Amino acid sequence: MGIEPGRLHFSWISSAESTKFAKVAQEVSDKVKALGPNDHFAKKELKVA
Amino acid sequence: MIAYTDKIQEIARRLLKDCKVETVIGFRKGSVPMMNEPCFITSADAADGLVWDGNCGINLANYLTNRKEKIAVFAKGCDSRNIANHIIENKIDREQLYIVGVPCQGMIEKRRIRQMAPGEITEATEDGDEIRVKGRDFEEVYNRDEALQKNCAVCVHRNPVIHDEMVADEVEEQTDVDRFADVREIEAMSPEERRVFFRKLLEPCIRCYACRNACPLCYCPTCFVDESQPQWVGKSQNPTDIWTFHFLRAYHCAGRCTDCGACERACPVGINMRLLTKKLNKDAFDQWGWEAGLNLEERPPLDTYRPNDPEEFIK
Repeated sequence: MGIEPGRLHFSWISSAESTKFAKVAQEVSDKVKALGPNDHFAKKELKVA
Repeated sequence: MIAYTDKIQEIARRLLKDCKVETVIGFRKGSVPMMNEPCFITSADAADGLVWDGNCGINLANYLTNRKEKIAVFAKGCDSRNIANHIIENKIDREQLYIVGVPCQGMIEKRRIRQMAPGEITEATEDGDEIRVKGRDFEEVYNRDEALQKNCAVCVHRNPVIHDEMVADEVEEQTDVDRFADVREIEAMSPEERRVFFRKLLEPCIRCYACRNACPLCYCPTCFVDESQPQWVGKSQNPTDIWTFHFLRAYHCAGRCTDCGACERACPVGINMRLLTKKLNKDAFDQWGWEAGLNLEERPPLDTYRPNDPEEFIK
C-alpha cells in the first residue's frame, strides 16, 4: 500500500503473556514515534469557505 | 463460441421439461450491443431467449447465494470455481445444483472494442475468432484475441472444474502465460512509489460499489462499508476512505478470489482493482500452492490448521 517499513508490526501474544504484551507495545510505540507522523493516510478536513 | 447457443437452449429446455430443475440461470441478449444480461428462466418455452457469446462475462455464481430451489446454471471456468467456493462456504448445496459446464475462450472487453471503433456501435456479432461491429457509417472486424478481458488473457482454468454436463468438448488451456507480471511490477516499487501508484489507481473511484455487487464473494448480509454502528469506514470521496474500502474488500477475498474479473468489468470508471486481489492470489499461490475453488474436498488455507505448521508461534 505504500506504508514505510517499520510502521506496521505483527506479533503473536497469548492472553496469558501480559509482560510480553507490555514490552511489545512499548517497542512498537517507540519505533513508530521515531518515524514521526504519517500524514499520507490522515484524513484532511475539507476547508469550508 | 456462438455455436454454444443452440446447445445451451436445448439443455435448458430439456432440464425444465423433465422437471430436473426449477430454475435455469443463463444469459439473454441485453438491450445494447455487447451487453448480455443474466436471466432466470422457469419454463421450457423461455429457453429460446438464452444466448452465449463473448459477452457473458458476468459471474453467475453471484446469483446462487442462499437459494433454496434446484437450479441449473451455466458455468465458465471461473464461474465453476466460484460455485465450488460457494459450496465450500455453505452458501448452496451441491445437490441443489445442476452445473452445465461451458468451456470458455475468454470474454470480450467491450470497452476496448468501443475505443477501437470509429463511432457508436449499434450491432456486434461474433464469428469464430472475429468480432464484426457495425455502426452508422462503418463496419469493422476485430480479432477476438486483441479484445480479451485482461484476466481472460492470462487465465489458466478455462474449462469448468465441476460440472454435471458439458456444452462442448474441453478447450485447450493456456500454459505460456505469465499470470502475475503486473503484480511483480508493483512489488518491485519502493513504498513511496507504491503509495503514489495506488493513489492514482483508485483516484477515479466514485464509491458506487458496483465491484462489490458484481463479486460472487461479496455476499455478506451487511457489508462493512454499509454498517453504521460502528461505522468502519467514512462514506466520502476522501482518498483515505476510498483506500479503506478497496484494500479491505480485497483482503476479504484473500484465498477465495478466482480472478473472474467481475469487479473490473462492472466498474463504471475503469479501475483495475483486480491488481489488489491478484496480489493476494499470488501470495496464496506462492505460500500454499493454493488456487481458490479447484475442488470441493480441500479446505481453503485461511481456515486450515495443520499440526506440522512451520511457523513457531502457532504451536
